[in-house]
Amino acid sequence: MEKPCVLASREHMGSPGSMFTSFSAHIEEHFTVVEPDRIRASPELCSKIRAVMLWDGTPPVTRTLLQSLPNLKVVVNGGVGVDHLDIPLINSFGVRVCNTPHVVDNATADLAMALMLASARRVIEGDHFSRCHGDGEVLDHLPLATDVSGSTLGIVGMGRIGYKVAKRAAAFDMKILYHNRNRRSVEEEQAVGATFCPLLADLLHAADFVMVVVNLSKETTHLIGREQLSAMKPTATLVNVSRGMVVDQEALVDALQKKRIKAAALDVTYPEPLPRDHPLLSLPNVIVLPHMGTHTLETTGHMVQKMVTNALAALAGDTPPDEVKR
Amino acid sequence: MDSQEEEEENAIMKNASYSLEIPRPEEVTEMAKPWALISEVGGEHGYLEELVDLVKRHFRTVCYRELLHDPQLHAPKIEAMFIWKFSPVAEPSLLRSLPNLKVIASGGVGVDHMNLPFIASLGVKVSNTPGVVSAATADIAMALLLSSARKILEGYQIAVDPRTTEIPHSLMGFEVTGSTLGIIGMGEIGYKIAQRSKGFEMKILYHNRTRRSAEDEMMVGASYCENLDDLLRRSDFVMVAVNLTPHNVGLIGHRELSLMKSTATLVNISRGVVVDHDALVKALQRGTIHGAALDVTHPEPLQRDHPLLSLPNVLITPHIGINTYQTARKMVQKMVENALAAVNGLPVPNEVKPKN
Repeated sequence: MEKPCVLASREHMGSPGSMFTSFSAHIEEHFTVVEPDRIRASPELCSKIRAVMLWDGTPPVTRTLLQSLPNLKVVVNGGVGVDHLDIPLINSFGVRVCNTPHVVDNATADLAMALMLASARRVIEGDHFSRCHGDGEVLDHLPLATDVSGSTLGIVGMGRIGYKVAKRAAAFDMKILYHNRNRRSVEEEQAVGATFCPLLADLLHAADFVMVVVNLSKETTHLIGREQLSAMKPTATLVNVSRGMVVDQEALVDALQKKRIKAAALDVTYPEPLPRDHPLLSLPNVIVLPHMGTHTLETTGHMVQKMVTNALAALAGDTPPDEVKR
Repeated sequence: MDSQEEEEENAIMKNASYSLEIPRPEEVTEMAKPWALISEVGGEHGYLEELVDLVKRHFRTVCYRELLHDPQLHAPKIEAMFIWKFSPVAEPSLLRSLPNLKVIASGGVGVDHMNLPFIASLGVKVSNTPGVVSAATADIAMALLLSSARKILEGYQIAVDPRTTEIPHSLMGFEVTGSTLGIIGMGEIGYKIAQRSKGFEMKILYHNRTRRSAEDEMMVGASYCENLDDLLRRSDFVMVAVNLTPHNVGLIGHRELSLMKSTATLVNISRGVVVDHDALVKALQRGTIHGAALDVTHPEPLQRDHPLLSLPNVLITPHIGINTYQTARKMVQKMVENALAAVNGLPVPNEVKPKN
């Protein structure tokens, strides 16, 4: 029997020769993969597409696309963030939306810790000095770094990933404050030694490291703006592993240039990648990474497995395990 | 002074008994403070001014350059010598020229840069600064492990490269959560590394001269590997956290590297000579191991054309294990505390004696 057709961009999921090849093999075990450019000229092929597998926002799920795929049952997103999808629109076509929660949590929390430590201890500058120091050049020009152990971490967004960050930070004897829509249970707070801050401003005033780990929504767009950056200590570092739009980037540049905060470490920006002349790419004390929160072989493999599982369930007429409703 | 600084000052004052009865620094005249030799303020081996101020609360200071300029004036006055970033060098000719030297207070925990038996033969005490450096050193170990595993350096380079037009899909790192960490040297620093790794649900193996208590092991979920080879075979990350002794020069050589997994990363925060650099270069070139993250090398820094610097998957920081403002402050305070005790004939809290 012919395998059901899914629309997926192989270049994004696993072009030949890339290390994603093993992942696309798992998909092709169950599905026939159809590239986006092939369906343009072929209504017949369009009617065969039962699922769309989305990776890094590709292929874009527009009204036009939805209208052209009459037998589409499900859109499966690689990753947990679905802020780029108009879920009510997609649902209106009788199409479900699924993401890949849970499996991304550890890798993202690990990267958040890696960013905080690399920033605080000036690892990138240090490596650069090791390679490029002039003869007799003075190490002392490297400013002294900041201790992570024993300092105060303020976690903005204490969902699954935020909580895993707290667990890791607790092992560094960090004092942990958190701000969240809902307060966690007493047991959960005690397990990681976290103190709830009902007011975001209180967290911002006290934290040496402000870690942003929220979903992007209307409420969290520009959650960290001019006012919030001014409330932070001048010795503090902002770490963002959520979405670029959660932070008002212009306000961030301004705050860094005026030394109202000390440093920033960002896995996410808006847009991605930033324009090549963007000030964030040349400010000292700023680390920018190319959105690598889930970039490990193990986690990526688990994400692909979840995508396949959800797609198969939807096509079988069952409720997929990770459907996202609005 | 804030309350924490006051507390620290009180600890130091316990060991300060100047020739006048009054112990408060503001009441003690400058003339009563003993003299200490320091390297210099600022410069490559120098102290930051804020740190020197901590010393100057209790000592009058002579810089090494000043001593060389006028040894007859300065040498007899010196009762304490502070070593910071290995400067001044505690060589015999210098030490013999300081007839009233009572103590060498060294910043950091390693003492391999001093000839302990020789210094003891001069009747001079030696102190280091254990404890206060452990957390910062454990932190740099974790920073190196995580930065290497998750390719922070490569990611940053791509993010800022003028030629980057797209987010790369193929920059993959290693999963840290749930991986196996093998710690070689489970002293105070090694143990703190184990504590931090537990937060990442890492499986922890360790090798040490002596086994830790069952309770210690249980607290961090560490398994003892009596056989180093066993640890090397099973670890995704091999962390070298030993003290330098004659026994562990070249501890990690060709043989040890060949036992490691080809996907493994070596992290070294002890001393450069513990790892055979030639063997490491070959192992990386041949893919015997995946990568290395080093805060220490031999020499420091490496020559700019050293092969290690041109290999992929290598991260090298310039011995910054304790280079944080707070830790540097704590170290200087401990150095002052120890030096004052020695100058006043009191027991030196962190005295290091030569091994007999």
